[in-house]
Amino acid sequence: MTSAVKGERATELERFRQVQTLAYECAEAVAAQLKPGVTEREAARMQRRWLRERGVQDWFHLPFAWFGDRTAFVNFRIPLQFFPTDRRLEPGMPFILDMAPIYKGYTADIGYSGCLGPSPLHDKLMADLEAHRDLILREVRERRPLREIYADVDRLMVRQGYANRHRAYPFGVIAHKVDRVKERRWSPHLFGFGTQSLKGLAADALHGHRDGWSPLWSPYRFSDHPPRAGLWAVEPHLGFRGTGAKFEEILVVTDSKDHEESAFWLDDDLPHVRRWAEEKCR
Amino acid sequence: MSEGENMRRAVALEGARERRVRADGVELSVAELGDPVQPTVVLLHGYPDSKEVWSEVAVRLAEHYHVVLYDVRGHGGSTAPRPLRGGFTLEKLTDDFLAVVDAVSPDRPVHLVGHDWGSVQGWEFVTVERTEGRIASFTSMSGPSLDHFGHWIKQSVKRPTPRRIGRLLGQGARSWYVYLLHTPVLPELAWRGPLGKQWPGLLQRSEKLPPGRYTAPSLPTDAAHGAWLYRDNVRARLSKPRDDAYAHVPVQLITPLGDTFLSEHLNDELELWAAQLTRRTVSARHWLPLTRPDQLAAWITEFVTATESGRTAPVATGKYADRFGGQLVLVTGAAGGIGRATAFAFAEAGARVVAVDRDTEGAARTAELARLIGAPEAWAETVDVCDEQAMEKLAAKVATEYGVVDVLVNNAGIGLSGSFLDTTPEDWRKVLDVNLWGVIHGCRLFGKQMAERGQGGHIVNTASAAAYLPSRTLPAYSTSKAAVLMLSECLRAELAGRDIGVSAICPGIVNTNITSTARFVGVDAEEEKRRQQRTARLYGLRNYPPEKVADAVLRAVVRNQAVVPVTAEARGGRLMSRFTPRALRALARLEPPL
Repeated sequence: MTSAVKGERATELERFRQVQTLAYECAEAVAAQLKPGVTEREAARMQRRWLRERGVQDWFHLPFAWFGDRTAFVNFRIPLQFFPTDRRLEPGMPFILDMAPIYKGYTADIGYSGCLGPSPLHDKLMADLEAHRDLILREVRERRPLREIYADVDRLMVRQGYANRHRAYPFGVIAHKVDRVKERRWSPHLFGFGTQSLKGLAADALHGHRDGWSPLWSPYRFSDHPPRAGLWAVEPHLGFRGTGAKFEEILVVTDSKDHEESAFWLDDDLPHVRRWAEEKCR
Repeated sequence: MSEGENMRRAVALEGARERRVRADGVELSVAELGDPVQPTVVLLHGYPDSKEVWSEVAVRLAEHYHVVLYDVRGHGGSTAPRPLRGGFTLEKLTDDFLAVVDAVSPDRPVHLVGHDWGSVQGWEFVTVERTEGRIASFTSMSGPSLDHFGHWIKQSVKRPTPRRIGRLLGQGARSWYVYLLHTPVLPELAWRGPLGKQWPGLLQRSEKLPPGRYTAPSLPTDAAHGAWLYRDNVRARLSKPRDDAYAHVPVQLITPLGDTFLSEHLNDELELWAAQLTRRTVSARHWLPLTRPDQLAAWITEFVTATESGRTAPVATGKYADRFGGQLVLVTGAAGGIGRATAFAFAEAGARVVAVDRDTEGAARTAELARLIGAPEAWAETVDVCDEQAMEKLAAKVATEYGVVDVLVNNAGIGLSGSFLDTTPEDWRKVLDVNLWGVIHGCRLFGKQMAERGQGGHIVNTASAAAYLPSRTLPAYSTSKAAVLMLSECLRAELAGRDIGVSAICPGIVNTNITSTARFVGVDAEEEKRRQQRTARLYGLRNYPPEKVADAVLRAVVRNQAVVPVTAEARGGRLMSRFTPRALRALARLEPPL
């Protein structure tokens, strides 16, 4: 489907895909090193170091790590609680790594869920995320208002027996727009977010406000518009009694009239997608 | 239950193989049941019982294990030492135990279960050196170690805090009979005289037992001899408790919450003495072997099986796991909202769950997730609660396949809003069918099974804050819920005598999808949809999670609460309905802004 998107656009998407792949490689490498006793701070530092060594200098947001019931955002009230803590990993604990590196001006924003040791409950949550990936793509292609799609994701989660935990994100977002970011030698960050990306998001919000759309995909009225062309980092997040699971990856929305080209996932070769494929083969 | 069955409940140990074992100066009467190849479980009786107090538990355990019971020296068929004074020390009782164990299971350690004085002895056996390797596990109920008890008293006296002193005085008051038993001759005279005659009736009434014979004919002599258990041991041990009374086997502690003789705080720091400790609590009085044989058999089986396979007994990690572990819980309306959250909360507490709903897929989902979070077993059943025949079939199926329900949660309900004049008879019928008749069928069928079993239980009915808050917009719904509330209160009165608690839960505004499926009468379809969405939004803004209601349900069962308003508005409304009903009536006239 992506082959039809030609020229400059195709090269650009390829770059985005490369940085997304890099981020997932980082997640898998760090996840493989996690063992009992590692703290969230250490896990976040490991991600940062791994990506720095491979040329990442700026961030959409700094890497996060959540362990245990923090994966389900239990009792999260203020945004500061998102930042990694000294919570230590124990056998059987679920974890989520979330990072958004910027590489050569291209952004990725990914979420990687895992568990230290076998956990049938975590497996179930991960398996149930597949339906959300399908639902989001289908309804975006149908050009349904983002707010409505949000409500449908919410309903599916409730039907599955879970709580919607992206509700705890700032503005309750399930997704946000990502874009290219100008490379600067000095790239400070503010509350964990890269200032360059914040600037981009703010500019989008300003334009969007005039044109009646928003770069944040939320349950609120400002998301009551059809999907806007661009790249969206989508992150449905399930929570169930102290266990949380999510994926985050980029959804490409275009102005194309063609059904399949109008929206597609940037890459289908990702750990969670491969996992679902393997489960089906089994 | 027929009269014949009642007689069997009595004292006989049917099918038991009897033998006599010689010990130091006495001859002990020993009974065995079950296959001797299986692991041996030794059941030890308390005061003033004989081994027959275990008859109900023994037959259940005999299906899996080699069950051994014996009369403590001086009780039942065992002979008494001469002289009595000094013949009942814990050291001598340990000799007896080892003699029995050598006879019935010479080359394999036994699993010990003790009630009351049987448990006091058991603690001695599992903390002295000479029994090491002869015992595999110990299940203790209603009987502390005298050594631990002695240290507990010493601690309270040495470092008194108001709380410790309070607990010490509380236990001191509960131990009144211990002082009496230390007086000479009087206890013997009482037991051989009026007390011996009155005892069976007293026992039956205080433990809320169905009619039957629960004491052996030898009771007066047993009780008279047994007084020496106290006189030979209590003072000596409490004043000079052993410092090395550490259990060398895994211990399962079963605490009845309504025990009139023992405070549950006695066990507060038991972990110090028993490294591998599994705690269980049960809502009952002192004589668990008579009143809760099913529950005991289940817990003992689970514990023995786990110990045999070298594991520690699986105890769920959720709230109240000590109370609900292994119990059977049935929840209606379990495919979503409060019902689903309640099923999950029970599952986390280790209960076996039956999830009932007319939505097959939703119920199956609830059962599946319940298994993943701690329910040892969970099943889904598709039934419409207002369908009488289907409910009858369900009750029969549950009883034969899963057993008698320990906790029943009648939760299924539907919403209906609209003025009385707009509500058609058909609307009324639907609401009453589900909200009221569903509860009636549940209570009738499963309540009956609970009552017939005679081992207690609990029924929770989900009413609503609307049950006591009049409103011009919810006449049918409120009426149905008020009926559920009253039904629960009446049933509570009726079943109290059978040790079955009934609670009505009044949640208030809780974020579930009852709003999006509620009917709004007197408006067209479009307006109905708009109102559904608007109410759902309001409920979402209130955002009170069903999980908190589920917590309240479990708490209500543990504390046996009658009416439980959950959210702030439900509690406020309840207060107003009691103290300012006129203000509520004025509020009822307002049209809510929908």
